[in-house]
Formats: sequence, C-alpha cells, structure tokens
Amino acid sequence: MQTLTYEFPAHLPAARRTHVGVVGSGDLEILMTPTDGARVRVSVRTSVDGFDTVWRTVLERFFARHPVAASFELNDSGATPGVVHLRLRQAIEEGNV
Amino acid sequence: MTLTDWPAMLGRTSFIELGARERARALLDDGTARELCGPFDRIESPWLEPQGVVPQCDDGVVVVKGRLDGRPAVVIAIEQAFQGGGIGEVSGVKMAAALSLAARDSRDGTPTPAVLLLETGGVRLQEANLGLATVAEVCSAVLELRALQPVVGVIAGALGCFGGMSIAAGLCTRLIMTEEGRLGLDGPEVIESEAGVAEFDAADHSLIWSIDGGRQRVRTGLADALVLDDVTALRTAVIEAVRQGVPAEHRSQRIAELRARLEALDPARPPEPADLADAWAGATPRKGAVR
Repeated sequence: MQTLTYEFPAHLPAARRTHVGVVGSGDLEILMTPTDGARVRVSVRTSVDGFDTVWRTVLERFFARHPVAASFELNDSGATPGVVHLRLRQAIEEGNV
Repeated sequence: MTLTDWPAMLGRTSFIELGARERARALLDDGTARELCGPFDRIESPWLEPQGVVPQCDDGVVVVKGRLDGRPAVVIAIEQAFQGGGIGEVSGVKMAAALSLAARDSRDGTPTPAVLLLETGGVRLQEANLGLATVAEVCSAVLELRALQPVVGVIAGALGCFGGMSIAAGLCTRLIMTEEGRLGLDGPEVIESEAGVAEFDAADHSLIWSIDGGRQRVRTGLADALVLDDVTALRTAVIEAVRQGVPAEHRSQRIAELRARLEALDPARPPEPADLADAWAGATPRKGAVR
C-alpha cells in the first residue's frame, strides 16, 4: 500500500461534497469536499505500489481539464487509469461542478 | 417464483447489482432514507492500513434509517465488494450499535424493526479476534431486538452469507433468500481444505447450490422465502416479513425440532440433497423431549 499526495491549481467551485465508488477489486472510492482556496488537493491511498508517475499523469490531465477547487480523497484497490477517470468525472458531476 | 418465470426474470431490476448504500435506500420508502455514520464521518478500520490494506471510509457497512411501508425501520447493508463483505471491529460495531439503538427506540415507544443485508464471508481475517468478538456483539444485539421487533435477514447474492455472520442470519426472525444466494457456516473452500475433496468439492457448483443455495435452504426450513433478485420483489417480501411481526418462538429456539432432524439422519449414509426436505418432513420431536 502506498499513500501519495498531489496539488494542482484550480478555480471551479463545487456545489456539494460527494462520495462515489467502492474499494473493491479494480475500483476505487472518492470523497470530494469543496474548499475555498485556488488549489485542488488530492490524496491517494492505493493498494498497488510504484505507480506514482502514472497517478501524477492521470490526475494532472484530469484537473487541467476540470480545475475543481476541492479536496479529493481516493481509496484505490487497483483501478486502471480509465476507471479512475470515470470515477473522478462521476464525483464532480454529482458535486454539480 | 420458478425458473421459467421469464417475463419477471427479464423485466427485473437486479437488487444485488446495486451497491450496499443503494440497496439499503431501495428497500425504504422514497425520500425517507437517512444514513447514520456516513462516509464523511470517516469511521474506518484502524487495523487495515498498518497491514497494507486500503480501508474504506464506511468500513463496508451502511446504516440507513427511514420508513418501510410508512413505519420507522433501520436497514443495515454489508458491501460485498469491499473485503468480500468481511466484518471487522468497526463494521461489526456499527451493525451491533444500530440494532441496539433500534431496540432502545422500540422500548421507548417507536417500534423500529431492522433489515440486515447479509452479503458476507464472515469475519475479516485481518482483524481476527476483534472481528470474532464483534460478531458476538452483533448476535447479542439481534437477540435483544428480535424480542421486540422483527429482524429480517436478506441474502441476495452468490457471495452468500458464511462464517460468524451465518449465525446472525440463523438468529433472524425471518430470512429471505434468492435462488443465487447461499447460506452456510463454513464455506465450501473451507470444508474442502479441512475435510478433503471427497467431503465437499468446492469446484462443483451444482453440488454447492444444492446444499447451500437459497432454494434448498427454503425447502428445508432454514430460510423462509425464496424471492427473485428484483428490487420490487425483495422490498415486497421484506415488508411482508416485517408485517408478520414477532413470532411466539423463533427458529433458533425450536431446539427439539432441530434435534429430531439431526436424529433422522445417519451420517454414515447421508441423503441426497434433493431428499433432505422429505427426510426432515417426517422428523418430529419425541413426546416429552426436552426443549
């Protein structure tokens, strides 16, 4: 298991906090909490070690397109980048960004 | 329900394919569900991270209060995708506390029946003794509430309900299963590894379901209703089970009947699973047998 943290610039407000997904094989859960600042903070707990660079790339790309000012907690059980992207989309959609 | 009820089968909305939170909400009346100890309370297991296992923010148990057919009720759902529905210290205490609170409300004039959605392999091995202790607390809380209000168990999925939680299932006022659901104390893999493949072949699915499956459990009186894996069908069955109220005697109290069933079997010549219901139909307690 590995814990990773990232920060990116952000400006889009989210209307509400959201919880999506499940820590099941190949899936992850996301807790999104809106924040006031101009940053997005992401903390990842992942069951698979050694994918720091892949996580950075996936998150950087997502938050460049959706710069949501919020804190994101990701509890991951080996989700692929595609699944991570879909869950992030679901979280911000439900958060009415 | 029969296997050939194709229109019902094709038109259904699967219950087990929903997540635990959605299942709990689907059973309750529209707009009445309110989650206790939700994900943002972050009541997760402290024992998983030190062992290199990623925790889940609700520890895999979802507690939702609301109304069932217009009356207060609590639904406690286990998320089978997280750690195979394994029960740890935190998730077990969530279940036990929710049941105890329902008992307290029932004593204080707000009758609150409980529904347990039991998709679980039993105790979570990473939490060993704490998990075992917490299962005892869950069982104790089921006993506390079932004297006041029905505790209805539902086993809807192929994961089934095994280990310590199968004991909690056995204590339920009524038990609802689907054809795909399974119920057993030891899982097939455990029996095979302990007693050998001749005792129980864990690769033989038709054998497993002929013994642990919902249809057999209902036929042999160890569960009460066989329902299609469909949201409306399960909600209707749960409402009906609650409506029947608290029985004079629970299944787990009918010791003489259960003993007569054991006596009707010769372990040296076990019956075929299909013949078990008939063998047990004639097994009645001897007159004057100690209860």
